[in-house]
Amino acid sequence: MKIVKEALAGTLESSDLMVKVAPASDGTLDIVINSEVIRQFGAQIEKVVRDTLGKLDVTEGLVVIEDKGALDCAICARLQTAVLRGAECQDLDWSVLS
Amino acid sequence: MNHFANSRLDQEPAIAHLEKFQGYAEHTPYLKDTELKHSRKICQSLEDAIRASGLKDGMTVSFHHAFREGDKTINHVMDTLAHMGFKDLTLASSSLLSCNAPLIDHIRNGVIRRIYTSGMRGKLAEAISHGLMAEPINIHSHGGRVKLIDSGELHLDVAFLGVSTADEFGNANGISGRSRCGALGYAKVDAARADKVVVLTEEIVPYPNAPASIAQDDVDFVVKVDQVGDPSKISVGAARVTSNPRELLIARLAADVIEHAGYFEQGFSLQTGTGASSTAATRFLETRMRKKDITAAFALGGITGSIVELHKKGLIEKLYDTQSFDADSAESLRTSPNHYEISTNAYANPGSKGAYCDHMDMVILSALEIDLDFNVNVITGSDGVMRGASGGHSDVAAAANLSIVVGPLIRSRIPTVVRNVTTVVTPGECVGVLVTDHGIAVNPNRPEIAERLTAAGLPVTTIEDLYRRAISLTGEPQAIEFLDKVVGIVRYRDGSVIDVVHQVKD
Repeated sequence: MKIVKEALAGTLESSDLMVKVAPASDGTLDIVINSEVIRQFGAQIEKVVRDTLGKLDVTEGLVVIEDKGALDCAICARLQTAVLRGAECQDLDWSVLS
Repeated sequence: MNHFANSRLDQEPAIAHLEKFQGYAEHTPYLKDTELKHSRKICQSLEDAIRASGLKDGMTVSFHHAFREGDKTINHVMDTLAHMGFKDLTLASSSLLSCNAPLIDHIRNGVIRRIYTSGMRGKLAEAISHGLMAEPINIHSHGGRVKLIDSGELHLDVAFLGVSTADEFGNANGISGRSRCGALGYAKVDAARADKVVVLTEEIVPYPNAPASIAQDDVDFVVKVDQVGDPSKISVGAARVTSNPRELLIARLAADVIEHAGYFEQGFSLQTGTGASSTAATRFLETRMRKKDITAAFALGGITGSIVELHKKGLIEKLYDTQSFDADSAESLRTSPNHYEISTNAYANPGSKGAYCDHMDMVILSALEIDLDFNVNVITGSDGVMRGASGGHSDVAAAANLSIVVGPLIRSRIPTVVRNVTTVVTPGECVGVLVTDHGIAVNPNRPEIAERLTAAGLPVTTIEDLYRRAISLTGEPQAIEFLDKVVGIVRYRDGSVIDVVHQVKD
């Protein structure tokens, strides 16, 4: 899936996260994670983000995450939504997302 | 002068080592001046009061924190001391809050060298957790603070006590005037123990001011200031009323535990802390008390509006108040004849000759973290940064017949139930029951409680089970990295050291 425009998903409420995606300027995948719980869960958050992007077959783009202590399921859902919005995707293979 | 008597006494060898009478005003010269007799304690400015107190570099200054986030006294006095050039002071405030962030500069500039406090929040706590101070701070409980003072370790040289009204002799209270904080439980301790006592008051009222929460025979100087505190900010921070459904669920479970644990009898006593769930639990008690047709003999500690409501309805006979957590409790202290103001010495000092907490049946307490041994942390966040206060937690947990810790199983992604707490404030042996939104765990050292709660049909499980549930939701947190430097020493209520806080690695 290719990110073709900027898109947002989520909020900055506690226990949620805000995901921003944008097209890549140089064909690379850049992931920026800011989190209130980065010390305790930084590695776990990055793993969920990379797994989710992998399932969506996102290989390039800018992904910025402002995490307010969201659980993995919320991170996954917000990230999927942001990518789907940014990719202007119409025909989605839902089975790979579960 | 009584020359006859003096010349006769001069010849008397039996009294050669005693001072001879020199006139009625020899030691009380102000009695000869009808104006000075009454106005001698009044200082024109805070600077005058500080000079008159004899404060020197290296001494200890003390404060109370009854205005909590609305306090205007601590920062004002410390700014003034900094301007006057004082250095190396020990700051002994009964607690510190987010509003005390300006103290960071005074620590950097060497005005403050040591700190004793019940807790810290905000930027100040963050800076100290990251190694701002050369010497670690001492964190004490409310009762333990008095113990440290009485043991001589914490000697209060000059106390600066902000009050809403005082008369020219220093009779002061927090229930009259504009900025009413209510009970002066912390200030009463310092007034009685500090070498010099400066009362900062918003209003100087006609003599005699009553009630005298701080009494004239403890006060050296009185100075009028523009504002000592903003009472509307007292209930900001720890003390708040919730409408959050999860907190209400926990509160209802806590009320169930109170009802069925075996102490819910005519004349019982209780304390509810300042956490959202514990304050809300009080709401659920009314119907249970009416159903069983019982009343409580007394409630203790920080008094909240929800406790006051039960008191007004006749369900709690007496309130013993060391700190009023909102305007309703301050007003109740002013108007109710059965709402009594007590010092933290009478509240919870294990070294006092009688602390009210020793008569406590049930207490509801909060926790940032609780571990598999029921040890409780109320000081450090799971990121290792200090963000709370010891308060009366360990005092009442130790003394009460049953301590009930309440909290959500997870806060955002942070588990409350953990394998090992970051910092031990209250030892697990004093904690009877943990109430979370995912169920109730009873300390194995209280099998009779587990039996009663199970019989009542409450969702009782083990703390290990709650821990597993928390981790299954959040994932296993990585261990926080600390440096070797100790930034905080946690003193148990008896003065012993129960834990230390290390500097957080950046």
